[in-house]
Amino acid sequence: MYVAVKGGERAIDNAHAWLAEERRGDTSVPELSVAQIRAQMTLAVNRVMAEGSLYDPDLAALAIKQARGDLIEAIFLIRAYRTTLPRFGGSNPIDTEDMACDRRVSATFKDAPGGQVLGPTFDYTHRLLDFKLAADGDAGDVQVAEPQKTATPHIMSFLDREDLIQTEPAGKDVPDDLTRTPLELPASRALRLQSLTRGDEGFILGLAYSTQRGYARNHAFVAELRIGAVAVEMDIPELGFAIEIGEITVTECETVNQFQGSKTQPPQFTRGYGLVFGMTERKAISMALVDRALRWKELGEDCLGAPAQDEEFVLYHSDNIQATGFLEHIKLPHYVDFQSELELIRKLRREAQANIHQEAAE
Amino acid sequence: MSDYNFAYLDEQTKRMIRRAILKGLAIPGHQVPFASREMPMPYGWGTGGVQVSAAVLTPDDTFKVIDQGADDTTNAVSIRRFFQKTAGVAVTEATTEASVIQTRHRIPEQDLRADQILVYQVPIPEPLRFLEPSEVETRKMHALEEYGLMHVKLYEDISQHGDIATAYAYPVKVEGRYVMDPSPIPKFDNPKLEMAGIQLFGAGREQRIYAIPPYTQVVSLDFDDYPFLPTKADHACDLCGAQDSYLDELIVDDAGGRMFMCSDTDYCTTRRKAGHVGAQGVPYEKDAA
Repeated sequence: MYVAVKGGERAIDNAHAWLAEERRGDTSVPELSVAQIRAQMTLAVNRVMAEGSLYDPDLAALAIKQARGDLIEAIFLIRAYRTTLPRFGGSNPIDTEDMACDRRVSATFKDAPGGQVLGPTFDYTHRLLDFKLAADGDAGDVQVAEPQKTATPHIMSFLDREDLIQTEPAGKDVPDDLTRTPLELPASRALRLQSLTRGDEGFILGLAYSTQRGYARNHAFVAELRIGAVAVEMDIPELGFAIEIGEITVTECETVNQFQGSKTQPPQFTRGYGLVFGMTERKAISMALVDRALRWKELGEDCLGAPAQDEEFVLYHSDNIQATGFLEHIKLPHYVDFQSELELIRKLRREAQANIHQEAAE
Repeated sequence: MSDYNFAYLDEQTKRMIRRAILKGLAIPGHQVPFASREMPMPYGWGTGGVQVSAAVLTPDDTFKVIDQGADDTTNAVSIRRFFQKTAGVAVTEATTEASVIQTRHRIPEQDLRADQILVYQVPIPEPLRFLEPSEVETRKMHALEEYGLMHVKLYEDISQHGDIATAYAYPVKVEGRYVMDPSPIPKFDNPKLEMAGIQLFGAGREQRIYAIPPYTQVVSLDFDDYPFLPTKADHACDLCGAQDSYLDELIVDDAGGRMFMCSDTDYCTTRRKAGHVGAQGVPYEKDAA
């Protein structure tokens, strides 16, 4: 007798065992350590932290190892872990002006207080495979500069003084939390930014690129891009003051965008904003462009019907954990529904063919 | 696994979900937004149903999970194991013994009792979604009871195909008010939506919970001259001979030979144990030996 799909339990156990074996790979090659991933795959670690919404390089590295290098799977592991963590409270807003900048560039001014700092960038490397790395990855001696002791002012603040850049309305003291309340539309800018910063890098990049190519073009200049460590402080009620509880590296991008002015407002520059965990420059710039595109309503612009302007479209489709889950679930059994479709299509075809025969007979 | 709270979610989260469930029961068929959590299984694998089950399970419950009507499909196994591990509840494959049943795509053939809860996994909770992609718009349509678009869709089906061309996730109207997606169950199951048990629907990715209280009126949308018809394959089960159950169609040989068997594996097994034998079946004891 034919027995259908029995043995689910054993199949799952065997699949898991095989998966573990595949993850380890060829045992004659030394196993990767979490420390190696954390130290040498830093940009992958940064992406996992950013889209996983959890700043912990060790856990991100572990997730990458467990996920066999599949970063969306690693992000998923971090998200699932993150939900189980208790919440002690909220930190104070980080002050990026006090950032210890590893990199800080402005595309709008040749120079500015604080200077242009290239930092560890791929920008001017020639993309030639370095075959020496295949044998030896030693970086050699690197010159070290004195760290700057003073704060690095935001480029935007200079435009602000002249009133050339639009001032931002104050948000709520405590913004809504995307991970604690169901998203309802229209969403506040704080919620939109939360969604963008944890959104899929590829998706946000594609949307941002579409604005550059004319789908709601918003003429962005990178006023400033800065990457570095900032202190995280938290008010401790028992103490009555804020203490530093740690340090995180973030990437911040502020864009200056043209604005024609409207009936009520003289022409003024507007801004887009990107802030992402870790060194995640492509994502931060993309985020700033999409943020700006989503602001059409509050700036009194026309909606051009572009995807990047459609808040519902962007916010509902940017999360790669939601997207990958729903996309991949179609490989789960659907045979009950398919059976009902089979019955229906057979019936419709029978009826249609009967009609054709009848018409032919007439 | 003792590091996790009973049924995985923390008590505050469960409370939040229970509030959404109670609101859903108070407004039958209405989609209640809830702050869905990221679960350790992917969206699309039943995270909504899992969160609802986690919120209603108590240590004394007996839990059953089916996918496509069967207890032994891989994802049903996975979800059942999840709650065995995180809640330590008793599990069963017998519909009559379960106090909470989580399901994907089917309603059990056996009528449920008043002391049973049926939890559905829902992919897209919005019955109007494929007519109107915007959530902002569809929420307005529900608020205004503006369901003309759905009737136009059904009418267009009839004018194009001569029949309503929806075979599963067939839309229903609950207690004369909300049009509701019964989740992708075959329309054969729709009449069973009026039942003694509590029915809870969880959509994790879409962050919605809705419910049908016991003995609530649930009407499948249709027209007087094209009445709703629950349909199934025109066969009997080849294993147990049942005429009244929803059937899976299997391809059994290279020539395309077909066999039909109950989708509800517990229903089929129970019948075979009771001595029923279908056209290609053998008595239950012999098969088990």
